Amino acid sequence: MQVPGHPIISFPMASSLAPLRLSQTELESISLKCRRLILNMLEKAQSGHPGGSLSAIDLITALFFHEMRMDPKNAAWEDRDRFVLSKGHGVPALYAVLSQLGIIPESELSTLRRINSRLQGHPDRVVLPFVEASTGSLGQGLSIAQGIALALKLQKRSSRVFCLMGDGETQEGQIWETAMSAPKYKLNNLIAILDNNNGQIDGHVTEVMNLEPIADKWRSFNWVVHTINGHSFAEIISALEKARGEKDRPTLILAKTVKGKGVSFMEDKISWHGVAPNAEELQRALEELKGEKS
Amino acid sequence: MGAKATRDSFGEAVRDLGKENPAIVVLDADLSVSTKSVTFAKSFPDRFFQMGIAEANMIGTAAGMAFSGLIPFCCSFGCFLTGKYETIRVSVGYSRANVKLVGTHAGLGIGEDGYTQMGLEDMNLMRGLPGMTVINPCDDKTTRAAVRFAVEHQGPVYLRLTRQKLPDLHASESDFKIGKGIVLKKGGKLALIGTGATVTEALQASEKLANYKPWVIDIHTIKPIDKDLLKTLAQECSQIVTVEDHNIVGGLGSAVAEVLSEVGFSGKLLRLGVQDTYGESGLPDELFEKYGFSAHQIAQKVIDWR
Repeated sequence: MQVPGHPIISFPMASSLAPLRLSQTELESISLKCRRLILNMLEKAQSGHPGGSLSAIDLITALFFHEMRMDPKNAAWEDRDRFVLSKGHGVPALYAVLSQLGIIPESELSTLRRINSRLQGHPDRVVLPFVEASTGSLGQGLSIAQGIALALKLQKRSSRVFCLMGDGETQEGQIWETAMSAPKYKLNNLIAILDNNNGQIDGHVTEVMNLEPIADKWRSFNWVVHTINGHSFAEIISALEKARGEKDRPTLILAKTVKGKGVSFMEDKISWHGVAPNAEELQRALEELKGEKS
Repeated sequence: MGAKATRDSFGEAVRDLGKENPAIVVLDADLSVSTKSVTFAKSFPDRFFQMGIAEANMIGTAAGMAFSGLIPFCCSFGCFLTGKYETIRVSVGYSRANVKLVGTHAGLGIGEDGYTQMGLEDMNLMRGLPGMTVINPCDDKTTRAAVRFAVEHQGPVYLRLTRQKLPDLHASESDFKIGKGIVLKKGGKLALIGTGATVTEALQASEKLANYKPWVIDIHTIKPIDKDLLKTLAQECSQIVTVEDHNIVGGLGSAVAEVLSEVGFSGKLLRLGVQDTYGESGLPDELFEKYGFSAHQIAQKVIDWR
């Protein structure tokens, strides 16, 4: 696969039943390209959510290119690991990653949010493979991920379910209902990841409706909690490795992230939650990401 | 003829079908003794999931199970289940999840517990979701058939059941065909249409209205509703009466009115049921009488109306 401005990365595309386990260097290269793809598609769409896509992209990249067992050619493979994007507004990050797996043609990314596109403003599981849940109404994805995890256990499959949540999203009560029930069912195959960028539409999460102490809350609900830098592939991979070894408890990876990460004028700026860059802003952003319009 | 609460029929039917089909799982939110999902739980403890008093999480979990090939039945009182509308709207409806929602304790028929426990808007809410099949059976046999349909049908289903016993009106499960109303009595210019608990009230009212030779119809499938049968009634009748233990807004009466308007019905429609108000405590019979859809009230209102 040719990544403009970067070395060619090759990885098995056909029936990759084992996780890709790409190196940190390779992951960094892919996520950099994905950042450019995200900004390009948002500029083209002239709407969407850059802040939360950029805070989540390293986490999603690590899952698909390092941790998850899947076959990009076979969305129906029942033993695949599943990814549920509970924070549905971050979906440009998922579309970018799926394009780098060959699941979506890169050219299709420019159809984001357009009429008749498979790339809905928030993910639609009915029209796009590897989108495991239709989300965007916040607070529902973790329940769905739990249901998949329960079914996998009942079917005696070893697959696991990864669920990426926004931090503002966990203000929803339904999240805490699942926080209660997943440990009851000893779902060691459920790994929730909290994209803790501390931003939501109306301000910083700590001001709008403070969630701290987050790690203590989840621990008190009987989850295993690992707090990491969500932009360090070394730390992401290390936490995912630990989750693999859990025997009877679900894991929450508390990923400290920066909203708009990678673009200086977007970083931790609440105003970039749900506003697309214009052409000039896109160019400035791409220069910082050492890329050209792809 | 016997009598049985349709929730009891459901518990037995889902247990019996569970023997044939290992994909069937049942979830409940601390009401398994009331919804009768406990009947399944006793036979298949490994396929029963007690989710506690947290209905939204139960519904979302059921959706995830459905995405993985299971056939989840998600049980609670109809009001508590459909009260989690946003979760049903997105996780089940929009997601085309093969989830079977079982809402018991339909309507004023629950009696003494009062309004907060009564499913009085549930059909309206579920009818508003594209792709949702809404079934409100009136007796044991049709309830069993509806549960079997739910298992075989690929797509979301809302099954509305009663706490109170209802007399047997149908002899065989084969009387039930999804989306097809059942003609209990063929008549003249007047038609009485019931659903669920009110079918038996309509039937009894028809005895009091024998002079008018009313049709009596069981509309068990609220969505998709039987347009063919309604078209026939529109042509044959000059007066059509709907009766439901539900708010008249958005339920059977509304569904019938929509079709009658479309086919150019030139007669009059009377919608009996809860007249866009809230319920209250009382004995079921007292409540049906007070809110105007006991057999006696149906007959009286039809006579006054004519």
